[in-house]
Amino acid sequence: MKPGSTSAACAALLRRDLTLIWRRRGDALNPILFALIVVALFPLALGPEPENLRRIAAGVVFVALLLSGLLALDTLFRGDYEDGSLEQLVLSPHPLALLLACKIAVHWLTTALPLLIVAPLLAEMLNLPHAVFPVLLAALALATPLLSLIGAVCVALTVGMRRSGMLLALLVLPLYVPVLIFGAGACNAAQAGFPFLAPLLWLGAGLVLALVLAPLACAAALKISLS
Amino acid sequence: MNALTLWFHKIGSPPTFYRIAGAWAPWLFAIALALGAVALYGGLFVAPRDYQQGDAYRIIFVHVPCAWMGLFAYIFLAVNAFIALVWRIKLSEILAMASAPVGAAFTFITLVSGSLWGKPMWGTYWTWDARLTSELVLLFLYLGVIGLHHAIEDRRQAARAASFLALIGIVNVPIVHFSVNWWNTLHQGSTVRLMGESHITGSMVWPLLVMALATHVWFFASVLARTRVGLLELEGGKDWAREVALADAPRDTVAAHV
Repeated sequence: MKPGSTSAACAALLRRDLTLIWRRRGDALNPILFALIVVALFPLALGPEPENLRRIAAGVVFVALLLSGLLALDTLFRGDYEDGSLEQLVLSPHPLALLLACKIAVHWLTTALPLLIVAPLLAEMLNLPHAVFPVLLAALALATPLLSLIGAVCVALTVGMRRSGMLLALLVLPLYVPVLIFGAGACNAAQAGFPFLAPLLWLGAGLVLALVLAPLACAAALKISLS
Repeated sequence: MNALTLWFHKIGSPPTFYRIAGAWAPWLFAIALALGAVALYGGLFVAPRDYQQGDAYRIIFVHVPCAWMGLFAYIFLAVNAFIALVWRIKLSEILAMASAPVGAAFTFITLVSGSLWGKPMWGTYWTWDARLTSELVLLFLYLGVIGLHHAIEDRRQAARAASFLALIGIVNVPIVHFSVNWWNTLHQGSTVRLMGESHITGSMVWPLLVMALATHVWFFASVLARTRVGLLELEGGKDWAREVALADAPRDTVAAHV
């Protein structure tokens, strides 16, 4: 890798972001704890009957992961904005969309992937039938990067605002609706014994589209909010 | 510069647009009110009772035009947002942001009137029907645009960020509509259709169309009035705005807030 080339810049960014997260690795547990607690609230509210829980299990796991991802979104640009390195990224000669794609990838690896790993535990807590587990994991594996990509665009618009939490939820959640419908829909279809491939394929199509377009949109949004 | 470009540049300049909008808005409001009154009379008194739904169906004379306007306003918002982002025309930013609250209001009226109609007809105020759900998501999109516009200090940056969100939203609207349709039909076919079995007759159609016209005119009147306020806010330090403020401040600001 030639120093100063785009690939070197991407590698440096990946290494820097991963190092920063490794130095504060305790924080990486927070999304998992949040999702666990949210899932634990449902049996408390609805009663412990396994039959009831089984029916809503896939949807609850999906919503818990979605909310947990929403809370984690804020950290995507916050630190970089505060110490000014985000502006340096925007000013750098390398394509901003590519650099942002690296940042989003690291963010997904460190916030969504751990959630994906504990998802079977969450599903087990709610007595989801074991036959549905592979579908749930496949749907989450396709849906969580999609959520990170869509969320990154919205979070780029709110960068620099002091209290953006509630506003971010208002911006992001309507855009999450189709992902939730297809993801949870696939699990529910599998649970009911219906074919579940179509919603998964739709999720995959959405993910491919977002992989191409979301970093570009994110770069445009970031340029608007840093102008 | 040819005549068309010249006209375009002229009408796009804030003082000129402020003046033209000030001249048009009251007339448009008056026309909208008159048309609305005619349509309401036609809908409430002239149109016959529905053989199945009785008088309750008459809410469509408000509900359906507002639903159309909710979508129309979003398209207007998105077109202006696109122009604002690509060509950075100040007026388009303000027009886009002025149309968002009006569209949100129409969408809200659609939801409220629909649920009032749903209570006697379906026996419930709310059902997770595909159409209702996508209309609700549309309202959230509007609220997101408005919220983002209010959250950013710098007015032009706020308008550009909210315009960008509106453009993402318009990509999302068909996806939501499609996915919600799919989601609902997975569980059960929708059992109740908005129009029921009844083929709509001529005496029911004309009040509906007149009301649709009235809501369109009202939309433009309201957007013009809001745009005037937006222009004054944005151009507060400029000479023309100061002249307007000094000329007849109380009367003008009151009219502009209608």
